[in-house]
Amino acid sequence: MPAVSMTVNEKSVAGDVEARTLLVQFLRENLRLTGTHVGCDTSQCGACVVHVDGIAAKSCTLLALQCEGTKITTIEGLAEPNGPLHPMQEAFREHHGLQCGFCTPGMIMSALDIVRRHGHELDERTIREQLDGNLCRCTGYHNIVKAIGAGARAMVNSGAPRQAAE
Amino acid sequence: MNATGIGAAVRRKEDFRFVTGNGQYTDDVMRPGVTRAVFVRSPHARAKVRGIDISVARKMPGVAAVLTGAELTGDKIGNLICGWMIHSKDGSPMKMAPHPALAFGTVNYVGDAVAVVIADTLGQGHDAAEKVKVDYEVLPAVTDPAEAKSGPQIHEVAPKNTIYEWSLGDQKAVDAAFASAKHVTRLDIINNRLAPNAIEPRAALAEYDAGTDQLTLWNTTQNPHVSRLVIAAFVGMAPEHKLRVIAPDVGGGFGSKIFIYPEEVVCLWAARKVHRPVKWVAERSESFLTDAHGRDHVTHAELALDGNGKIVALRAKTIANLGAYMSTFSSSVPTYLYGTLLSGQYDIPHIYCEVDAVYTNTVPVDAYRGAGRPEATFVVERLVEVAARQMGIEPSEIRKRNFIKAFPHQTPVIMAYDAGDYHASLRQAMEFADVKGFNKRKRESARNGKLRGLGFSTYIEACGIAPSQAVGSLGCGVGLWESAEVRVNPTGSVEVLTGTHAHGQGHETTFAQVVSERLGIPFENVSIVHGDTDKVQFGMGTYGSRSGAVGMSAVVKALDKIEAKAKKVAAYMLEAAEGDIEFKDGKFTVAGTDKSAAWGDVALNAYIAHKFAGADLEPGLKETSFYDPTNFTFPAGCHICEVEVDAETGKTEIVNWTAVDDFGTVVNPMIVEGQVHGGIAQGVGQALLEGVVYNKDGQLVTGSFMDYTMPRAHDLPLFHVGLTETKSPSNPLGIKGCGEAGAIAAPAAVINAITDAIGTEELSMPATAQAVWSALKRAHGVRQAA
Repeated sequence: MPAVSMTVNEKSVAGDVEARTLLVQFLRENLRLTGTHVGCDTSQCGACVVHVDGIAAKSCTLLALQCEGTKITTIEGLAEPNGPLHPMQEAFREHHGLQCGFCTPGMIMSALDIVRRHGHELDERTIREQLDGNLCRCTGYHNIVKAIGAGARAMVNSGAPRQAAE
Repeated sequence: MNATGIGAAVRRKEDFRFVTGNGQYTDDVMRPGVTRAVFVRSPHARAKVRGIDISVARKMPGVAAVLTGAELTGDKIGNLICGWMIHSKDGSPMKMAPHPALAFGTVNYVGDAVAVVIADTLGQGHDAAEKVKVDYEVLPAVTDPAEAKSGPQIHEVAPKNTIYEWSLGDQKAVDAAFASAKHVTRLDIINNRLAPNAIEPRAALAEYDAGTDQLTLWNTTQNPHVSRLVIAAFVGMAPEHKLRVIAPDVGGGFGSKIFIYPEEVVCLWAARKVHRPVKWVAERSESFLTDAHGRDHVTHAELALDGNGKIVALRAKTIANLGAYMSTFSSSVPTYLYGTLLSGQYDIPHIYCEVDAVYTNTVPVDAYRGAGRPEATFVVERLVEVAARQMGIEPSEIRKRNFIKAFPHQTPVIMAYDAGDYHASLRQAMEFADVKGFNKRKRESARNGKLRGLGFSTYIEACGIAPSQAVGSLGCGVGLWESAEVRVNPTGSVEVLTGTHAHGQGHETTFAQVVSERLGIPFENVSIVHGDTDKVQFGMGTYGSRSGAVGMSAVVKALDKIEAKAKKVAAYMLEAAEGDIEFKDGKFTVAGTDKSAAWGDVALNAYIAHKFAGADLEPGLKETSFYDPTNFTFPAGCHICEVEVDAETGKTEIVNWTAVDDFGTVVNPMIVEGQVHGGIAQGVGQALLEGVVYNKDGQLVTGSFMDYTMPRAHDLPLFHVGLTETKSPSNPLGIKGCGEAGAIAAPAAVINAITDAIGTEELSMPATAQAVWSALKRAHGVRQAA
């Protein structure tokens, strides 16, 4: 089996994978980072969104081997262990932007990418359009939209990086 | 109200683990030596299985076993069941066809499993599954419920594919009322079939401990104890006390995770055969093929009114598609959860409802958010709105003329509504929605080439499921009470073990709020334990908007017992008579004195027992209650949807959504609003976007998110949500429940709005751009601006 190595949440990792192993499977099964979720098989739902070299990507649509040498950030890499939550995570909690939590890691990672591309003052229309690739069945998106707007603004004050990993 | 008590918008305890990716969902559970299950599923809607050749698959790398229906039957694993008996008009019982967990002999829908591969890895499982050769003799199939009775007979027990022919109400009285009515409105309605699509797919992880002969099942279930009971007692997998079912974090359910499915049964059976844990996780396309679908009714409905728009009678004839097999609660959804709500918010003297349930070669159909009540509300609210238009009465005015005004109110369809104020929610909704300004907005839209419309939906539902005696008398095989054990620890913290289970509703927060307020202890000192049959006493689970009305009531009753016993302990500590002890804000006081004991001290004393050992009081402070509600609860409200339709494209934009709901007592308004938002989104999805499509050969055309349109953020507006309150008199906290209301109210509001905008009633759900454009064309020929 081919070997693959990359940096995940600022740690060097390596493993043996099949050619067909998806990045999301490598993260969940080899690295036991189960915060990234699988919700569909056609790349629509966005529960699997992570950052690859600072850019949002759907880990269900990338092969692990394609990510050789890249820097990956997952939901687990956003906050320091035992440290405060990232302002976007805090905003989701404050604004009740989640119910069952299954779409939430992908939503938060996508939200950070929206900020990277559109800045910290996000209007409702932009957020809704930019969430085309993230499905939620629980919230009706109302509080997710509020959370992302608030989280984006809070990132300015907190000095948190616009990308989770520079 | 204190800052973390009933009525406070407390932020959720659950969120920390979810926003940091530390939730534990079933697929996150790892077990050493775990194998993966891959099912071999029929690609045909109906076929005889003449043989299954597993010889190649069995020998492939990593394969631990390939199992078929023949072995399942040989091992005497029983069939899945439907637990609610419905009788036909002629008194005969429903025709429940055998439903084995692995099909044996015939397959009856695309997706019906015939074999399972158990392998070391998912990849190996898929590779081997592809090599399983099944010899099918394809048979003609029927998928349209309207054609089921004349189609090929699917099951031996059910001629004309008819499961039951049920009715409710007084047909003679209804016919008489129609005969003398001044106006009759008639509608043919299709309630479109939906796929629930919780974002977490269904999953099961089964393990067998040979040393103790104990089976454990991790499962995405809304009701672990019910699953355990059915799998043990009916499927016969193991004695109940040898089966543990654990529902960890569950990523959405909406009803689809209530039922006992073939997959978890097969995983348990396989784990005991291969002596290794067996894990199955649905792929999304598998979910489309196997999760119980919702709705799928074909209805002809009629409303009879007098000259003043006062309703004198309602009748409806419905064909309900239950799919290829009867799922766990399927029989109840189009009968006692549907027909009994046909009175709506209105004082209707005579109602008659007939429902024929049929088999077709499609996925089994069962409860999906609202379960019968969205179907009933759509019938009633479309009839009323269309009647208003036909008679030239304002839609709000016709409703006011017909609202029930005095309570309790006995409807002609079993339900007795206990408390409500339908005028209040209508009035408030109309104000929030600025209905007065609508005509001006309509003219403005017309100037921009758009058609603007307004639609009302004044819904009511029956939930807080359910009083056991009532549902038992209607055929339900189980009681629908709920349990709670309140465990006070020696250090004064509290654990509440509840038989409910959350899949997004925030029970760890809301249940703690109830306890925190009652005992006067910090919110942080209360833990909620649920979802594990080893830890928690028997409970019926979460669905039917019951966890507040029924689950919290059990907690309150247990807290009553806790308070009573704690007072006894305090009496010994304070050397006073039990009757003189008062309890308030976490403190026990001897009435009329300043002698007091704090909650923490009383808790500790209950366990140290120095002060009362040997007397009539047992040590400890832990009480249980099994609470059976005395009635359903009846949340109700008014939703108003305002749309703009582009006549060129048929595209509908929702420009405003107003919801004013009466849920009785509200424990956490933030969480309740979230439930309303989510319910509305699913109702809008049904009305505008979603629909399961089978072609005439029984192939599932909408088999993935590419073809089945899920609501996205840009399909929906912000929702304006308000509350009125008339407490439910039938539970101690006065809670009515809120989980399904949005999904119940929304579809009628949307379709009422669009039909208002386009000026024709000939429109079915989903009202996609194409459907609306076609309706406009049929009605008006070439488009003209209004």
